[in-house]
Amino acid sequence: MKIILILLKSPKFLTGIVILSIIFAITFLTPLVNDNSPTEMVTCSFQAPDSKHILGSDNFGRDVMIQLALGTQTSLYVGIIAGMVATLIGLFIGLYSGYLGGLIDNILTMLTNLFIVIPPFIILILISVSVDSRSSTLTALIIGFTSWPWTARAVRAQTSSLRNRDHINIAKLSGAGTFRIIIFEILPYIASYAVMAFILQTASGILAEAAISMLGLGPYNTISLGIMLNWAIVFEAPAAGAWWAFIPTAMIISAITFSLFYINSGMDEIFNPKIRS
Amino acid sequence: MTPLKRYFINKALWYCLTLLIAVMLNFFLPRMIKGNPVEAMMAELNTGMMDSDSKKKLYETFNKEFGLDKPLITQFFIYTGNLLHGDLGTSFGMYPKKVERIIAGAIPWTIALQLPAILLGWLLGNALGAIVAYRKGILDKVFFPVSLFIHSIPFFALSIILLYLLAVELSWFPVGGGYAYELIPSLNFRFISSVIYHYWLPFLSIFIVLIGGQAIGMRSMAIYELKEDYVLYSKLMGVKDRKIISYVFKNGMLPQITGLSLSIGVMVAGALITEIVFNYPGIGSLLFKAIRQLDYPLISGCTLLITCSVIAANFCIDMLYGLLDPRIKAAQLEEAS
Repeated sequence: MKIILILLKSPKFLTGIVILSIIFAITFLTPLVNDNSPTEMVTCSFQAPDSKHILGSDNFGRDVMIQLALGTQTSLYVGIIAGMVATLIGLFIGLYSGYLGGLIDNILTMLTNLFIVIPPFIILILISVSVDSRSSTLTALIIGFTSWPWTARAVRAQTSSLRNRDHINIAKLSGAGTFRIIIFEILPYIASYAVMAFILQTASGILAEAAISMLGLGPYNTISLGIMLNWAIVFEAPAAGAWWAFIPTAMIISAITFSLFYINSGMDEIFNPKIRS
Repeated sequence: MTPLKRYFINKALWYCLTLLIAVMLNFFLPRMIKGNPVEAMMAELNTGMMDSDSKKKLYETFNKEFGLDKPLITQFFIYTGNLLHGDLGTSFGMYPKKVERIIAGAIPWTIALQLPAILLGWLLGNALGAIVAYRKGILDKVFFPVSLFIHSIPFFALSIILLYLLAVELSWFPVGGGYAYELIPSLNFRFISSVIYHYWLPFLSIFIVLIGGQAIGMRSMAIYELKEDYVLYSKLMGVKDRKIISYVFKNGMLPQITGLSLSIGVMVAGALITEIVFNYPGIGSLLFKAIRQLDYPLISGCTLLITCSVIAANFCIDMLYGLLDPRIKAAQLEEAS
């Protein structure tokens, strides 16, 4: 609790939280007042915004505002699940390889470096191409499984610097098992880092969803921010001058990532006093 | 053997292994989940409108190329064997064109777009970051949130916004494509000027996002560096600001080079999507088209090419790092003396 109060004093953290809260409020309140269906054609195609449809309509005459609200929900959901999966895998591999050292460390480090060099985006394409019916959860899991390496690498570096601390040797002498030592003696030291990594992974998960959906490999039967941009490109909304079909979408994605980066940067300054300027 | 040589050989071996695994992933991942994508493609074809004669011909081509009736491992060896001959198979959507020919036509566009944008964006971003960290004050207060915001705009979001504002609304730039569609690619003045005219927007949208990201990284690197004793000492000695910034820049550079090798994959992926927004005739647009047509051989060719170029870029960065990192050089001098 106390740590949250300290964090709220950081202007960066606060700004990020405020922006994110506004976005949450818009996405979850809009469906309450706007009962249009995101897939129902309610007006002509590329209708400019008016009092009835605040953000106009898309190429099929569907209400953009409700699409934007539901799309943001999907994107946030995908980002958070992907961020959790990636952070957990990264933590697991990083902690074990950093703490155990030796052969296991070598193998895990090699694996990590391998997946840092082979672009995760490509692996994402290769898997997505072969899965026929992708739900948003599946897309999130695939993104999570392809984006853990850099978290693993950073966690490993920090863990191996902790490995020979006295309190860990004492825990070993008193007979604690590897799992116990990792959870109780090492994890508390990198907990703040893990939270920050989760925030960054969520941001990059949202971006990865948008990128893969732009390519046409996004989740089926749902609307996400990336899918809306994909429609805008495929149905040539920019050439039609229908800015409402893609500028709000692009701005929302940027605002979400910006607020997450800002929250992360604010936390970094608190937990990592060396870079306070 | 000198340490530098040993470093190079180690790295070369490691990258060969990475390349092998990348090729395996490229082959096995799409087949892991539901059989053979090529077979699935053929099944799709059966529902399409095509007379049985040309269907049979198609099937024979792909059967020969992929060895569909043989076990998966044999198929993999056929695939790598073909690869070694530079044979990426026959395109499905643009039958009977060869995949390597189609890709070869797109490569120059992508390289001409991405290489300068990534290199220049990286250099300028780093220089800006170092200057801002040193000057501090109001410049930094404004600079940091602005570049963080620019960095948060995904490539494709910025490109679609620029496309709308500068090309559709203001008509300063063309709406898309690599050159005016009525021209035939040739080396004359009209074509080249049309290419340059179409080049600006995609270039800018990659360049601007990159500057933001790199500047943030360099800024925090330089803030660490500015706390070092040598900076204070130089200041007390009355060394000129510009000189000190150049020291800080050099020292901050090494971690930034590592950063470049970590993020080059992300940059390339982002730049590929920028191509799609501008309908630029490079690998990104090709991949987009291939996915829409379920053209499996072409998708596979594109992903393999992208992976290989990212691996090659990483290899070059590592080599550069070996040359620049004074620790590797110092070890070399010790051994020589």
